[in-house]
Amino acid sequence: MVTRTSRRLLAVGASGLALSLALAGCSAGGDESTDGAVELSFLVDNSEALVETAGALADAFMEANDGITIEVETRPQGSDGDNVVKTRLATGDMADIFQYNSGALMQALSPDETLVDLSDEEWVDKLDPNFVSSVSTDNGMYGVPMGQSMAGAVLYNKDVYAELGLEIPTTWDEFIANAEAVKAAGDVAPIVQTYGDTWTSQLFVLGDFNNVTAADPDWAEAYTAGERKYVDEPAFAGFQHLQDAFDAGLFNEDFASATYADGVSMVATGAGAHYPMLTFAAGQLMTTDPDAADVVGAFALPGPDAETNGLTVWMPTNTTYIPRTTEGDKLEAAKKFMAFLMTPEACDIQSEANAPQGPYVIEGCSLPEDVPAMVADLQPYFDEGKTNLALEFLSPIKGPALEQIMVAVGSGITSAADGAAQYDEDVIKQAQQLGLEGW
Amino acid sequence: MSTATAPRRQTESPGAAPGGTARPPRRRKTHSPYPTWFHLPAGVFYVVLFLIPTIASFYFSLTRWTLFDVEFIGFDNYVRFFQEQQLIQSFVNTFVYAFLTSGAKVVLGLLLGVFLSSQIIGRGFLRSVVFFPVLVSTIGVGILFEVLLDPFDGPVNETLAIFGIEGPGWLTDPNLALFSVAMVDIWAGVGLATLIYIAGMVAIPQEYFEAAKMDGASAWHSFRHITLPLLQPATVTVVLLSLIGGLRRFDLIWTMTGGGPGFSSDVLASVVYKQYQAGFFGLSTAGNVVLFLVVAAIIFPLSWWLNRKADDR
Repeated sequence: MVTRTSRRLLAVGASGLALSLALAGCSAGGDESTDGAVELSFLVDNSEALVETAGALADAFMEANDGITIEVETRPQGSDGDNVVKTRLATGDMADIFQYNSGALMQALSPDETLVDLSDEEWVDKLDPNFVSSVSTDNGMYGVPMGQSMAGAVLYNKDVYAELGLEIPTTWDEFIANAEAVKAAGDVAPIVQTYGDTWTSQLFVLGDFNNVTAADPDWAEAYTAGERKYVDEPAFAGFQHLQDAFDAGLFNEDFASATYADGVSMVATGAGAHYPMLTFAAGQLMTTDPDAADVVGAFALPGPDAETNGLTVWMPTNTTYIPRTTEGDKLEAAKKFMAFLMTPEACDIQSEANAPQGPYVIEGCSLPEDVPAMVADLQPYFDEGKTNLALEFLSPIKGPALEQIMVAVGSGITSAADGAAQYDEDVIKQAQQLGLEGW
Repeated sequence: MSTATAPRRQTESPGAAPGGTARPPRRRKTHSPYPTWFHLPAGVFYVVLFLIPTIASFYFSLTRWTLFDVEFIGFDNYVRFFQEQQLIQSFVNTFVYAFLTSGAKVVLGLLLGVFLSSQIIGRGFLRSVVFFPVLVSTIGVGILFEVLLDPFDGPVNETLAIFGIEGPGWLTDPNLALFSVAMVDIWAGVGLATLIYIAGMVAIPQEYFEAAKMDGASAWHSFRHITLPLLQPATVTVVLLSLIGGLRRFDLIWTMTGGGPGFSSDVLASVVYKQYQAGFFGLSTAGNVVLFLVVAAIIFPLSWWLNRKADDR
């Protein structure tokens, strides 16, 4: 009875799966039309901002290049999207061009075997060397950036700061003092957390990396070699800060269910004072609360020392790649599109389609005058050289469970010490999967 | 089987006459009513889609697999899988979830089954209403309830607030999340259990009840000594189906809590899925093999025991 029923269910499921695979195969194959025209598929994640930018870029490119059409396809964001990308790459079923993260996440795609090497293209020298290293392996350079670099910072509401007469903090203690002042003043949530979207929980650790590097310049390299751990200072501070903030009751009431969009909107409307977040939130802000463009500022996540206070910087995470399965005419057309992305014209289209989130990493590209305040606030850090790359661009190791661990620490379920120990365990799997030495 | 073969032999005998001498051995071999080639399509289907993947999964569980290349590492994946920090918690959660939903479906399904097979007004309508959630996609149910159970803007807590009750964070309280999902699972799945029980009720001959009535049995006695024992096969089916379903439940938990907050509603299947998402394909395959063995280790003895009890009578 059991076996027969479950088998039958399995058979139904399997035939459904086979059918959907067959359908996916059809749609991904695409048809090359007879008149020499090339049709490219371009896979991007389904975030509103990115879909809009990709569409605008594709339109501008098609206008300039007769005979090439680009069709923008979408996939889910987050880990579900990672899955789609990995599976489609592994089965040779990838779109002709696709967008994915740079840094550690790209390394997990086995780029040497799956992606087209672009290191011989003539435009490569126009890229920021930090970016080049975030999309390179020992054997090749694989990606072209879309969008700008950005920072992991604390977004804050300037009106709240003005009202309470607060100064921008340069140490963690000053930051907590500010948050306590906001709490004492009443209705405004001192620090916004949004665990309805678990990935947003990671900023306390990831955005703290400038302070880690300041205390120990070789940390990233030693970490990759398995010689540094998160349970030890200076890296442990990120976990500790999150626990302290929770223990002090500084979070918004609905931190457990609020989403990323809620968080951005809270800091825009003044319902929240601080929101540790990547400055790509500028895109979200300009979509939902464009009036608050000048109200939401940003400052670097403070550490123990005001001297070394600086920004943790992310290279453009939206990077375009060409998979090896793109060949012949399509490969030529795809490379043409890549070259197009490197032009100032393409940068301007991106600035227009979406609010910039930080400086461009392409030589010759500049930001427009009227960027949101949170992006303008980053410029002084860049000008003074007070920036460091985020860990994911310096080490291929990033444990997959960080977001859940941070949610548990930030909800008071796990202690900071246990959370850091769990994360150290978690990254072992990643290091072994990547075949690194010393793990 | 024996009753099925007897008439077949008779009908086949004229056509098989030429090979008459070879008949006795052949008779033993061809006890199936169909020739071998008739099984071939299903056989190929079975081998390609079930047997090969199953064997391959045992192999891949012993490797470090990036989808692009494979390295044989023996039992390391299993060692690592059992070291996974949240494994104990997820095991406990899996069993709590499976037994809770299964138990509730049996009890509620039985009660609803008895109720809906009695002579009540609008019986057909009421039956469809109970069965309706089974027809809705689980993902849809999950997303719907995630909205309904939102601690601040969700209709459930807003309704409670009207009566002055402050509703809990159904899906955000680490002690409550798993049970909230289990409740939704029971709501969505009890229709199937009810249907099976209704079918079982209909199969009980009315004479038994009439005879019991003649002997002066009360309603409770009829239920306890006629309905309940004769529903044993239905109960076996409901227990097995809901227990298997509960042990490998994933879709509802994933859409409603994603295993969270933190790891507090993680079950085996969601732990495995997260490993798969992270690209640890060998490790997650090992996890699936473990899940397979756990489900088998519970279901086979249980099925044997329940069916034996049913046969005994």
